[in-house]
Amino acid sequence: MEQIELTYPAKRKIPKRAHVGVVGSGDMEVLLEPAEGAVAHVFIRTSVDGFGASWKAVLDRFFAKYDGAARIQINDAGGTPGIAQLRLEQAVEVSEQ
Amino acid sequence: MTDKRYGANFIHRQSFIELDARERATALIDAGTSRELLGPFERVESPWLAMQGVTPQEDDGCVVMKGKIAGQAAVVIALEGAFQGGSMGEVSGEKMTAALDLAYADSKKGTPTSAVILLETGGVRLQEANLGLAVIAELLGSILLLRKYAPVICLSAGMVGCFGGMSLAAGLASYVVMTREARLGLNGPEVIEQENGIDEFDSSDHALVWAIDGGEQRFATGLIDALVEDDTPQVVEAIRRFVGEGVPTVHRSSQVTLYRSRIGALDTSRQWDPKELRTLWTAKSATEGKQ
Amino acid sequence: MSEFTGIRGTVWFRALTGQASPMSGDPKSVLTSDAPIGKEQARFLCVVPDPHGRFPCARHGEVGLEEAYTLATRVREVIEQCKNTIKRPIVAIVDAKSQAYGRREETAAIFLAAAAAADAYGSARLAGHPVITLVVGQALSGGFLMHGYQANRILAFDDDGVMIHAMHKEAAARVTQRSVAELEKLGKKIVPMSYDIRDYAKLGLLYKLLHVENPEKPSVTDIRNVQNELAGAIADARGGPVDLRNHLESKEALEMRKASLLVRSKLEAHWLEN
Repeated sequence: MEQIELTYPAKRKIPKRAHVGVVGSGDMEVLLEPAEGAVAHVFIRTSVDGFGASWKAVLDRFFAKYDGAARIQINDAGGTPGIAQLRLEQAVEVSEQ
Repeated sequence: MTDKRYGANFIHRQSFIELDARERATALIDAGTSRELLGPFERVESPWLAMQGVTPQEDDGCVVMKGKIAGQAAVVIALEGAFQGGSMGEVSGEKMTAALDLAYADSKKGTPTSAVILLETGGVRLQEANLGLAVIAELLGSILLLRKYAPVICLSAGMVGCFGGMSLAAGLASYVVMTREARLGLNGPEVIEQENGIDEFDSSDHALVWAIDGGEQRFATGLIDALVEDDTPQVVEAIRRFVGEGVPTVHRSSQVTLYRSRIGALDTSRQWDPKELRTLWTAKSATEGKQ
Repeated sequence: MSEFTGIRGTVWFRALTGQASPMSGDPKSVLTSDAPIGKEQARFLCVVPDPHGRFPCARHGEVGLEEAYTLATRVREVIEQCKNTIKRPIVAIVDAKSQAYGRREETAAIFLAAAAAADAYGSARLAGHPVITLVVGQALSGGFLMHGYQANRILAFDDDGVMIHAMHKEAAARVTQRSVAELEKLGKKIVPMSYDIRDYAKLGLLYKLLHVENPEKPSVTDIRNVQNELAGAIADARGGPVDLRNHLESKEALEMRKASLLVRSKLEAHWLEN
């Protein structure tokens, strides 16, 4: 298991927390919570080691559009970048509802 | 008998099996009354998985939801089969035990609080081995306490099924509900094949697996109380019905004389066609045997 | 397969009851007898191998269909006898290989038989019977859930031949894709995975670890000591609650089961919020 931490700038407060997904094979759970300040912190725990660059690419792309001040935790059981993108978008959708 | 699964209304079904544990629990509780206890944001996860390189899940694969079912106090405890096969670890097991004990305390104080346990599990989580087995022993004890005051209803919907030590939870339950897709047994077919060889059990023979462990067989032999389609309204209706029925006069696991004599009457010199048991152990004779 | 002879169960049953035969109508694999502990008659039960048992997959000391229902019958008999009188102690002597793994067993719903045995022991405990488990050899998996784990006090011999575990080593190694040696090494780091009874004791589930000079050929002193310890456990059980909360109250549990204790306190707090 590998742990990855990433930080991104944020511009706005977010309305509420969200939880989506399951730590099942090829999937992941995402917890998204409002955070203080103009920054977003991402904590990733993944069962597959050595994919730090892929994670960074996924999150870079996500934060190119997302500007919420959030604490995001991802618990991953081998999901693809596509699944990561999908789960993150679902979490945002729930959080903005 | 026709197979209703492929009937005309099949496509209109709202699958229950496709729901995750949290969605299942929500579906069973009266709208607007549900409240999750110790949810994922509390971050009470397994302390044993990360040190073995396994990613934990924040709710440890056990969702506890309190609310009302058919207007009566209830708690739903749902295992998430997609996380570690629904296996029982220290945290998931303790969540179940604690919820059962709280339902017992309320029931004893005059608010009968039913428990609905959603079993999608292979039993003990091997990474937590002895604590997994211990929490199962403890939650079985808690089922025994609660079921005197309020019904404990076990539901196995599928697709993981219910095996290992957790099959004893189903055995102790006041009522058991299954779908055709679900399986219930102490030892999974793979385990039997590994322990005693392919001649004893060919685990790749899916027809045989379902003929023995499947919901239809368990219902036809009087070992469970309801067989439902994989349809959320049907599942909900069955659970509401058993909450309404309250504590049964006799629990199946206490009918020792009846089942002991049934075992004594079996010809053990050969393997049986599971269908034979449907004639020998009908639901009717189970009622006759109530002492 | 792990070496298992089932000798210890019979040896200790005989040592504590003076005989080793089943009750009338019972299979040879279940020994039941009433014998004195202190001033009272306790009921002793033990599952032992029977190479000629009716069920082929339950001939080597496994707890199968017949064993489970026989245990349930003999435990319920004591509950019934003591309905309006002092609750006699029940002592489960455990040296059980595991549950029985067979197709006949699954077809005839061994899950229910297992539940019936746990129900009987648990109901006896809840009715106020001191239910004491003495692990003299192996106590594995579903076998232990059926015969032993519902006790309110568990004692075990401090001996390398004693093992309490969720799955026997070979199967656990297969399932986790590790060698038995790797598994043993892991057990040193992850206490609940250990096969060593001294590590099991750290989980806080045991009432006591008992030292016995020779568990397979106990001396008169060994037997007397064990009898005294059983009497102590019975008295202690009578003085405590009938549920299993003692599992979480030992000083070992306060250390090793912090997560369990956190779950209980938080869940209770959430439950009471409205």
